Amino acid sequence: MSAVTGPAQRRRPRSALPWLATPALVLFVGFAVVPLIGVFALSFTTWDGIGSIRATGLTSWRKVLTDPGLPHALWVTFLVMAVSWAVQTPLSILLGTFLAGRQRYRAVLGVVYLIPLMLSSAAIALAYKALLDPNFGLGAGLDIQALSRDWLGRPGLAFGVVIFVVSWQFIPFHSLIYQGGVQQIPKSLYEAAQLDGAGRVRQFFSITLPQLKYTIITSSTLMVVGSLTFFDLIFILTEGGPGDATRVLALDMYKRGFQASLMGPASVIAVILVLVGLGLALLLRRLGGRDAGASQLEGA
Amino acid sequence: MTTTLTKTRRPQKVTQHESPRRSRPATRRRNWLGGLAGWLWLVVVAVPLYWTLITSFKARSRYYASNPLVPSTDPTLENYRLVIESDFLQYFLNSVVVTVGAVVPAVAVSFMAAYAIVRGWRMRVLRAMNGLFLMGLAIPLQATIIPVYLIIIKLHLYDSLPALILPSIAFAIPLSVLVLANFIRDVPKELFDSMRVDGANEWTTLWRLAAPLTRPAILTVSIFNALTIWNGFLLPLVLTQSPDRRTLPLALWTFQGQYGVNVPAVLAAVVLTTLPVLVLYAFGRRQLLSGLTAGFSR
Repeated sequence: MSAVTGPAQRRRPRSALPWLATPALVLFVGFAVVPLIGVFALSFTTWDGIGSIRATGLTSWRKVLTDPGLPHALWVTFLVMAVSWAVQTPLSILLGTFLAGRQRYRAVLGVVYLIPLMLSSAAIALAYKALLDPNFGLGAGLDIQALSRDWLGRPGLAFGVVIFVVSWQFIPFHSLIYQGGVQQIPKSLYEAAQLDGAGRVRQFFSITLPQLKYTIITSSTLMVVGSLTFFDLIFILTEGGPGDATRVLALDMYKRGFQASLMGPASVIAVILVLVGLGLALLLRRLGGRDAGASQLEGA
Repeated sequence: MTTTLTKTRRPQKVTQHESPRRSRPATRRRNWLGGLAGWLWLVVVAVPLYWTLITSFKARSRYYASNPLVPSTDPTLENYRLVIESDFLQYFLNSVVVTVGAVVPAVAVSFMAAYAIVRGWRMRVLRAMNGLFLMGLAIPLQATIIPVYLIIIKLHLYDSLPALILPSIAFAIPLSVLVLANFIRDVPKELFDSMRVDGANEWTTLWRLAAPLTRPAILTVSIFNALTIWNGFLLPLVLTQSPDRRTLPLALWTFQGQYGVNVPAVLAAVVLTTLPVLVLYAFGRRQLLSGLTAGFSR
């Protein structure tokens, strides 16, 4: 103990520091950490959102785990995650590489690309809902058969629309990340490759892509963890439908909790959501040896 | 361009195909695929935006008959009048109160915490706090909405603007601390040391030295958080109830529920709610972009 008090006394002028961090800690604990623990606790209760909360052990867990809705929601969540990743990543790398060029017109394009990122998911979803309307939307107005389908009324199409709108909203952001990544690749690597006679395509696969490794991991982490939170977009666009074709976990949680007033089972879904998010973050971190957060604090 | 080139080259021998390329190693060849993707993506991004904008000026009666990609010959502000008369000024004010009310404290407390974490990295308490904040980045905070709802009810804040502000602050802290700590770490140690020699305490050093030197980062984090909170939908959906507590995204959604068939009016509402953000984008673009890249791709 005396060994601890020694250096602490010497550093007394600094002892004010933890106090500076306290306000943030209190707010974060109060409205993020406590709720996180609370959601575990609530998953062992029965509550309708208004009345009293009763502890009912594993009832909610049993209910959710035997419900075929859960594997379906997990599957849809996984599909949205995987397909949106597979669509966004190649396109973002391509556009990022393109934007990394120094030509002025590319900077102008970059300004336009980023507009969707500024808009709320609610605004985007509502605009697309109107635009895709089979009777009054863009396709119907132009009288093009291929475009005037019942986009949001058929399971396969609705899923495709969700992926498209997600990509529309987020590809620009990831392009920006890749643009930054590409611009940090030393020019000398390309010059050396050119002297060796490597073509444009070869340069891309032998230099650009390997050099972007950490950027790819960062961007993928954000995409994958972010895809768990596509709540507002899907909620407004399809409400999880048609049927439950686009009912992802976050939506499943909301509908069980706030529409069906089953807070217990909804909390179980929330716990699963947290575990999936944490698991994915750890997995991606192991994959790359570092992640978006830790790398910056440790590497700076 | 490409076709003419290949046509003239075709008579040549296949082995010579590579030679003109190799003869000019200094210039980088054009990225055709990237260029194509770049212009295509411009169309993909611009068409829905353009359609939304021009349709919002069309009279409802004209909307169904006209070509959707041609602007109306006699544009009308009728749709915008309907939107504004539907209390959108109130919703706009609510959004401003929630955004400013959350961003200012969120950035202030995050800055203090980031300062403490950087300056007191030796202290185990602060490293633990940092770890806690980092954890917040990996967890989808939406998953905590049910207990947040419960806490807000217990605090008797349900259906009020503070109900939206408090969780918004908490959710903004992890990323803000991360980015701000990154920038504070770049401040030369000697400056801190000289402040201490001059007898300044941490509080003075924080506001007199660290804050001015990381001003761009503070601005960036503020804009980023403002955008997230301004566009937030889940918190107002779950934590408020009365029409006069609605923020813009929620109001947009209920407006569509009410006037869904009046497409031009819905799109006018979309444009109106987006306008303030686009103005912000026009003025703060550089800060916003540098912040996004500093936060994620360094």
